[in-house]
Amino acid sequence: MSDDVRALTAQLAADPASLVFLPLGEALRRRGQLDSAQKVALQGLGRYPHLPDAHDLFARILTDKADFERAFDEWDMALRLDPQHAGAHKGLGFLFFKAGRTQEALEHLEAGLAEAPDDPSLKNAVARVRAALGAAAPPPPPAPAAPAPASAEEDDAAARAAIFAGLEGAENGLLLVDTQGLRLGGGLRDPGNTDVADVVAAHLAGVSREAARSAKLLGLGQWEMVVLEAPGGNAALLPASSEALLLVVRDASVPMGRLQVAAERAARAARAWLETLT
Amino acid sequence: MSASKFDTALELVTHVPGVRGAMLVSAADGVVVAEALMDEMKGSAVAALAASLASRLRRAAEGAGRGVPRFVHLTATGGTLLAAPLGDDLLLVTVAERTVNAGLARLEMFRALEILA
Repeated sequence: MSDDVRALTAQLAADPASLVFLPLGEALRRRGQLDSAQKVALQGLGRYPHLPDAHDLFARILTDKADFERAFDEWDMALRLDPQHAGAHKGLGFLFFKAGRTQEALEHLEAGLAEAPDDPSLKNAVARVRAALGAAAPPPPPAPAAPAPASAEEDDAAARAAIFAGLEGAENGLLLVDTQGLRLGGGLRDPGNTDVADVVAAHLAGVSREAARSAKLLGLGQWEMVVLEAPGGNAALLPASSEALLLVVRDASVPMGRLQVAAERAARAARAWLETLT
Repeated sequence: MSASKFDTALELVTHVPGVRGAMLVSAADGVVVAEALMDEMKGSAVAALAASLASRLRRAAEGAGRGVPRFVHLTATGGTLLAAPLGDDLLLVTVAERTVNAGLARLEMFRALEILA
C-alpha cells in the first residue's frame, strides 16, 4: 500500500463520515485496485447519496471495470444533482463517443469544457470529436461574406455596460453572469487589456456552486460573498439573485472594505436591471 | 517541519475571538496536514471543501490574469471560511463565526504563514 493510500485510509478510518473517501477511491482507482476503490465509493455513496462527486467517482470506477451501462446511470445521476458537473459531462461524452453517438458526445464534452475551460483532456476531447464530426458531415456552408459591422459590436458592448451605468468599472471590472456561466452584462479585461469576461464567466459558475456546497456542508448556512486578494487585483463574487452572480474586480491597491462596498452597490444595480427582465 | 511549529502557527489563528478552528491542508487533494479545531468540527470535510473551493478560485483568478490568490474569504449567513496558500502545496484554512474580526484573523493567518514558511 503506498503512503498516500495508507494515509487516506487511516483518515477515513478515524472519521468515516469524512469526504476523504473521494481522494481515497480515486487513488485506488488510479492504482488499478478497482474492487477496493468500488468498496470505498459505495460506502461514501451510502453516506452521501446526493453528492455528485461521489457518483462521478463510482462511475469512473465502473468505466474502468467496463461496466458502461451502470457508469452511464451514475453520471446521469451526478448531472441530475448538478447539471453543470464537468466530470459527469466528460464521462457521458466519453460513453456517447464510444457508442458512436458523436453529436451527443460533443454536446456533453462542450458542456464540460464550459465548466472547466482549463481542463486539457476536455479541450483535446472536444477537438477530436469535432474533427470526427467534421469528417463525417457534409461541407459546412460558406462563411459570411463580411464580418459583422464594428458598430454592432460597439452597440453590444455599450448595452452590456449599461447595466452598471454610472458605476466605476461599468465596462471593465464589473461582470454579471448567469448560473450557467454565461455573461449577462458588464466586462472584464486582464492587465494586458485582453477581454477575459467570457473565460472568467465560465469559471464563476463552478466557483459559485463550490461556495454554496462548502457553506452548506460545513454548516455555515447560505454563502453571501467570496472575496479574494491576488497580486494582480482584488475581487468580490456574490449572488446578485438566485440566477445571477456578480463579480467585482479592482486594483490590488483598493482596500478590501471599499471593494465590498463597491460590490454591494453594483449588486443593487444588477438586481434593478434583472427586475426589468421579469 | 516540527509539530510544535504547526501548533505555534495554528494557535496564533485560533486565539482570535470567534475562530472555531484552523488547519493546514494539502492544496492538491484536500487532505489534513495539521489541525486545531473545535471538537464538533469535521476536519477532513473542511479540508476537502476548502481545497476544492480554493482550487476553483485559483483557476478563475488566473483566467482573469490576476495571478494566484493570496487570501480568500467566504462569508456565509452562519459563519466564515478563510484560506491562504503556503507555497503551491499547502493551504492554511480557518473557520470562524460570522461575527469574527476578519481583518485580525487575516493578519494572524499571514503571521502563521511566516512561521510555517
